[in-house]
Amino acid sequence: MSPKDLQNTATDQEVPASMSSSQENGYWRHANDLDGSVAADDTHHQEFDLANPDTLDHAGRRNFMKVMGASMMLAGLTSCARQPEEKIVPYVKPPEEAVPGRFGYYASAVSMAGYGLGVVATSFEGRPTKIEGLAEHPASLGATDSHAQASILDLYSPNRLESISHAGTMGTWNQFVADIARVMGDIDSAAGAGLTILTETVTSPTIQWQMARLMQLFPEMKWREHDPMGRNNTRMGALQAFGEYTETKIDFTKAKTILSLDANFLVEGPAHVRYARDFAITRSASATADAADYEAREHFSHDEMSRLYVAECTPTLTGAAADHLQVLRFPLVETLARVVASRLGVAGVAANADNAAQLDTAWVDALVEDLSHSNGHAVVVAGESQPPVVHALAHAINAALGAVESGLVTYIDSPEADPTDQDASLGKLVDDLNNDQVKLLIVLGGNPVYNTPGSVDVAAAMAKAGLRVHLTSEQNETSEHCHWVIPESHALESWGDIRAYDGTHSIVQPLIRPLYNSKTASQILAVLLDEGSAVSDYDIVRAGFDAKNGVLAEAKWRKALSVGVVEDSAFPAKSVSLRGSFPEEAPLPSAEGLELHFRLDPNIGDGRHASNGWLQELPKPLTRLTWDNALHIHPTTAKERELEQEDVVIIKVGDREVRAAVMLMFGHPKGAATLHLGYGRQVAGYIGKDRGFNAFTLQDVNSRYYIGAGVTLAKTGRNYLLARTEEHNNIEKSLQTQAQKAEDRHLIRANTLENYKAHPDFAQHMGHHAPSRENTLYNPDEKDYAGLSWGMTIDLNRCNGCGVCTVACQAENNIPIVGKQEVSKGREMHWIRVDRYYKGDMYNDSVEAAHQPVPCMQCENAPCEPVCPVGGTMHSAEGLNDMIYNRCVGTRYCANNCPYKVRRFNFFHYQIREEQDAPQLKMMRNPNVTVRSRGVMEKCTYCVQRINRARIDAKVAASKVGGETVVPDGTLVTACQAACPSQAIDFGNINDPSSRVSLRKQNPRDYGLLADIGTRPRTTYLAKLQNPSPALAGTDAHAEAHSEH
Amino acid sequence: MSAHGHEDDTPKVHGLIAEFDDPETLVKATTKAHEAGYRTMDAYSPFPIHGLAEAMGVRKTYVSLVTLIGGLTGTATGFGMQWFASVKHYPYSIGGKPLNSWPAFMPITFELTILFAAFSALGSMLLFNGLPRPHHPIFNAKRFERASSDGFFLCIEETDAQYDTDQTKAFLEGLGPVEVSEVLE
Amino acid sequence: MSAEAKNIPPALQVVAPLVEPGHNYESISRAVSDVILEKPMPKPWFGTLGLGFMLLGILGASTAYLFWEGLGLWGINNPVGWGFAIVNLVWWIGIGHAGTLISAILLLFNQDWRTAINRFAEAMTLVAVMCAGIFPLLHVGRPWAIFFIFPLPNTMALWPQFRSPLLWDVFAISTYFTVSLLFWFTGLIPDLATLRDRSKKGIGRMIYGVLALGWRGSARHWYRYEMAYLLLGGMSAPLVVSVHTIVSFDFAVSVIPGWHTTIFPPYFVAGAIYSGFAMVLTIMIPVRIWFGMTDFITTRHLDNMAKVMLATGLVVFYGYCCEAFYAWYSGSDYERFMMMNRMTGPYGWAYACLLLCNAVSPQFLWFKWVRTNPVPLFILTIIVNIGMWLERYVIVVTSLTRDYLPSAWGEYAGTIFDWAAYVGSIGLFLFMMSLFVRFLPMITIFELRLQQHQIDNGEIR
Repeated sequence: MSPKDLQNTATDQEVPASMSSSQENGYWRHANDLDGSVAADDTHHQEFDLANPDTLDHAGRRNFMKVMGASMMLAGLTSCARQPEEKIVPYVKPPEEAVPGRFGYYASAVSMAGYGLGVVATSFEGRPTKIEGLAEHPASLGATDSHAQASILDLYSPNRLESISHAGTMGTWNQFVADIARVMGDIDSAAGAGLTILTETVTSPTIQWQMARLMQLFPEMKWREHDPMGRNNTRMGALQAFGEYTETKIDFTKAKTILSLDANFLVEGPAHVRYARDFAITRSASATADAADYEAREHFSHDEMSRLYVAECTPTLTGAAADHLQVLRFPLVETLARVVASRLGVAGVAANADNAAQLDTAWVDALVEDLSHSNGHAVVVAGESQPPVVHALAHAINAALGAVESGLVTYIDSPEADPTDQDASLGKLVDDLNNDQVKLLIVLGGNPVYNTPGSVDVAAAMAKAGLRVHLTSEQNETSEHCHWVIPESHALESWGDIRAYDGTHSIVQPLIRPLYNSKTASQILAVLLDEGSAVSDYDIVRAGFDAKNGVLAEAKWRKALSVGVVEDSAFPAKSVSLRGSFPEEAPLPSAEGLELHFRLDPNIGDGRHASNGWLQELPKPLTRLTWDNALHIHPTTAKERELEQEDVVIIKVGDREVRAAVMLMFGHPKGAATLHLGYGRQVAGYIGKDRGFNAFTLQDVNSRYYIGAGVTLAKTGRNYLLARTEEHNNIEKSLQTQAQKAEDRHLIRANTLENYKAHPDFAQHMGHHAPSRENTLYNPDEKDYAGLSWGMTIDLNRCNGCGVCTVACQAENNIPIVGKQEVSKGREMHWIRVDRYYKGDMYNDSVEAAHQPVPCMQCENAPCEPVCPVGGTMHSAEGLNDMIYNRCVGTRYCANNCPYKVRRFNFFHYQIREEQDAPQLKMMRNPNVTVRSRGVMEKCTYCVQRINRARIDAKVAASKVGGETVVPDGTLVTACQAACPSQAIDFGNINDPSSRVSLRKQNPRDYGLLADIGTRPRTTYLAKLQNPSPALAGTDAHAEAHSEH
Repeated sequence: MSAHGHEDDTPKVHGLIAEFDDPETLVKATTKAHEAGYRTMDAYSPFPIHGLAEAMGVRKTYVSLVTLIGGLTGTATGFGMQWFASVKHYPYSIGGKPLNSWPAFMPITFELTILFAAFSALGSMLLFNGLPRPHHPIFNAKRFERASSDGFFLCIEETDAQYDTDQTKAFLEGLGPVEVSEVLE
Repeated sequence: MSAEAKNIPPALQVVAPLVEPGHNYESISRAVSDVILEKPMPKPWFGTLGLGFMLLGILGASTAYLFWEGLGLWGINNPVGWGFAIVNLVWWIGIGHAGTLISAILLLFNQDWRTAINRFAEAMTLVAVMCAGIFPLLHVGRPWAIFFIFPLPNTMALWPQFRSPLLWDVFAISTYFTVSLLFWFTGLIPDLATLRDRSKKGIGRMIYGVLALGWRGSARHWYRYEMAYLLLGGMSAPLVVSVHTIVSFDFAVSVIPGWHTTIFPPYFVAGAIYSGFAMVLTIMIPVRIWFGMTDFITTRHLDNMAKVMLATGLVVFYGYCCEAFYAWYSGSDYERFMMMNRMTGPYGWAYACLLLCNAVSPQFLWFKWVRTNPVPLFILTIIVNIGMWLERYVIVVTSLTRDYLPSAWGEYAGTIFDWAAYVGSIGLFLFMMSLFVRFLPMITIFELRLQQHQIDNGEIR
């Protein structure tokens, strides 16, 4: 059954609430009552055509794209030959020093669901080619997440809109301005009544400044916000707790005990990159190598580690990182919060006795024990999926713990431009629309027609707005319903600004002139403000900045551009007062039936990244699923319902239903199922269209993340292929075998902190020892590595499995995507993969999952090398296992003989398949990395292009000052290392005993993967440590200590 | 051309050929001829007959010696090529092994030994036999096409020191042939 | 031999004469050469040729598409980098072992019964090696660059990597083919002379004449000829053993559990002989009837070849047992799991089938009735051919799908293009064999004469 098949049959069932069917309704209705302003009639045919995805002529559009792309490429070139009109201040060196063939680095910021993440964008001869984290930025500290890494692909995406269109025909900016002016006439007289602006979460001070002025002009206008990634529960939780919108800032480096109430803080939220780093610091166990981290965690004694308790309703990476994991039914999370609160003496909180009886008392006791003795160094984090009351409880508990006094938790004003109850805001919008009160609807970004709960029919409502404008980077479901569709500029090609989770203000500066005829939100607002249609995005941002900073503006501006953040712009801590009372807790709903959980897709979010091939092909954490979403369900639950992997089921909630494919998942709570939002896009270009199914259809606006009752599953007898990056036959059995073998072969070496203190070298004694170097026919000392000699360590204690390393590597090394079918055949091309192994009793709810990033091990006795008949892979003097693409004839013997299976073969010419042959994508390629063609083998090179650059620079430096060539430790980082938020990956010269990688390798936890077969890997791992509570030791799967061999 | 050349213009005689109807008689005849002092002669048979060549006084052949030399050349070439390429001309590090990983060079060395030896064996055999030789006077002999099926022939050539048309004919007649006839060049 | 022949225990009594009585030199020459020069080809021959040609077309078409699109058309993936191509290569090479074995080793061991079958078996060897030879070309990712594997002097001073078993293969297989060709041609020279002398048509006469190199059956020539032939036989014997040993190195030299084992060379060689003899019988049983060669290829030959199959079959079975034993005895988790998985994992069915075909079925050869009856013997040889293909499939696939890191496990299945290449190679085989029996003597005439001579003298029976 093809994906399209799945989707269509799904939508057929969804009358009237379904998106696509409502499109038709929408059109005809709006056809009737659209005033004859714009050429109505023929408009509708075109709109209708566009509305029907099947009639979209992809080929035609792509050909057009090719032509455009080619000319754009030239445009790009000219733009880098010429000095841009606005002053751009380079991050590293001013442009006049820019040397052709060398990279330039510029500080900027990208948006993580509206919040800023500081980045350093790499520019090669005017073309942005790579994004790294900005060390000076509080949310980044030099690291990124997979979305930031992949945003470079969005810039060059063949799916981007290239020109302004009106009702499906090409339009011009001036026509648009004129049309707006026409409509604004009446609105103006009505003091703005009838003007509605719909945005996603906005933190941009510029837009805030513009909106403020707009509201002065038009008091009656409406600013609505809707953002599925907008953390509304968190926002409302703060409101409930303090009576005002407040942002919570957590300093995890102070946290010795952490309780996560269904919070996936390591990989979600506007601060997750920072939080992952801070958390890793508290888990660090290599004092010499991580000296800086030990500085940062001054409240910890030397051999102390933080302890993480997680209570969650669906498996997350944070749960996988927990020392004590408790899988709870959704309502029980609130119960847990109440129990903990009341036991810690929070006034006015009581848990429902029956509910409380369902909790594991031993677990709760140990937790409360740790919390109550934490004297200010413990924190409770509530998850966005939990209702506001849970957040309010968390705030109360933190206060009771003294976390606020200790500075662990800080409260600041919300960085949002206009914090508001977005759910309510969406409701008001729909009401206004249905009451015909909207003459001009301007949708700035977002995709409300698609990503709103199925219980709200936005499409139908929108049809009632007089004139509809959509600013969007790609044609999507919403733009199908709008008259004017304005291409939105990418962050790397336009001016803007944005605030981070702590209020830090960054300027978004472009590296390249807009590739297409695109505009920014500010420019649209400028039109409404009647500030002229020609005003540039730079002028607007600069004007806003000047208005704010007055005389100091120029200096501040230059500094902000070069450093990447506006100095002292972080919000100061503010004191807040808790309002005590909490309502009675409702009794549990009956455990009958299926609990249905909704979560944002870990890779494509609410669907906004659906057309990004890198994120589509990035194996999702824990499931290793690609290109699809699925109904995640525990094997036991599946058995009860006679469901098997890849069965297609109809999920019915009330009168709304979708068809989904079943994905068995250990570690998932029994009796519950999880759906990921963001799939089932109908208008998302080749990459994003018709993948998976649309879970928004089932979502209820009043309870976005959870449906407790009335969910029915029905088998269809159909099957649907789910492409996972692991073997496909009988997932249940094979996962068990894999877990068993991972155990037997000591692939992941782990122990408890206690045992580690007793036997620091436990990792050395697990499994067989590597064969002695003397066991050879040859002279073992013939080869020695003098001078530079590269090696890597990966600290399993820090890795949380987020997978950003995979995407960073893909971006750095021009790694192609291969598409769903090829992935299902096991032909994905990722150079570094994140292996996931379960441990312990697989059927236990809180089964433990461990992650292990696996790049090329660069074995000193590389098994791949002797078997190549043509010398296509050989060893460099610096210990690298090099690939020579030109020499490779593709016997694939090396891949067979690689015990780690890290070699990847180009079975097809992947660089031009899956719509990857668009010329603009060629502009994205890293010029220092060969683009591999069909029939050659490839694999991780330790980013040899970076090594060579560093060596050349070192040689140049040495030739200037004399002395030998030295690459200072830390100046050379691999792409995966640079991106990793928790700094799990370390790379450097192992011949330099003081280099951080050497220090890490000296750590007793250091071990080589499969070292027992004598490969002498250069990449080694640091064993994982667990820090279980003594009170629970032995009673919990996570506390189970490995016996030594 | 020997001293006994005929001056008249009758076609030159290659020799006298006797056909026998079984291998044993041929061997006996050949032995007798050799004892009688004939040297420049040859016996022809549709399959190898043991003792026939010996009967003509053939004692040894150099085919085996040439083959041995060829084989040794192959050995040297095989190892030499690998050593030169891997150690001398373009040395690079492979899987932590030394440049001269001699055990890994053995298979190819062996194969080239056999290859060279095989060519030497066939080559020297043909060379010593003076083959290929598309035409040979013996093919003019009567019924000689049977030599590749069931004919057994003994030919005493005209160049033999003792050759005398009448005596030799008589001699051959005495060996119990099916027929004796003259072979013209 | 004749003297003792009388009092041989019945079990060892020969079941039939080497040649049916009533033949003389001329009748032998006629019987063999008339097939080429006089008689029309039998109908089945046209069928075989046609079938071969058709399958050959499939090979051509699928190969063209493969080169155009890329190896992704095949079932190979990560971690299973090798699939049908290597399985077929090893299978064909194995089959190719019978010829040289019969002509060389049996020659050295002085086995009279080889006479009637060696020419045919050698031809089969050459064709089988050709079939094997096409797979490396199809198999590589960049066929247009395959000349990199030859030690060609070049300005970049790049040489092949001589430590690679694949390179050993290149030399072993090409040497094997060349030497077999020389050996075969050497054997052909006197027979070509026979054809030259018997063919009436000028053109045939000329071609055979040229090929015969002017052979005239001189005693001196025979003397050197026999020496050369013996030497070639002598060096072919170690060669034939080396070839499959080296092919087995492709696996044995690697680090993959299920490949990395010392039992491979002997057990591959035995398997090669096993499948080789099976294939010789598969073709010879019908051919001897179609072309009326039953006088020369008698039940005796079938019986003896069946006995060799039985012996080698038992060695192969021993190989399986050893493999399993070592896996257990090694104490290595990798090896033990590999063997358990091979037997009970996703490809357990293949392992079961191969045991059935290669270990159980040959046991029927203990019965003289089976050995001496063409029909059951023919069926058995087909089963063995299938079994030997499965053996290579199991070795390649089960070892690669489940090696060291469980996270990198995968599965494999051949696609239609894999099958196209396989049946295509069978087509090539049938086609070439058909041409061989049409234009060259399928039995060594001069050796038959010699054998007749020895029989007449009662030296052999």
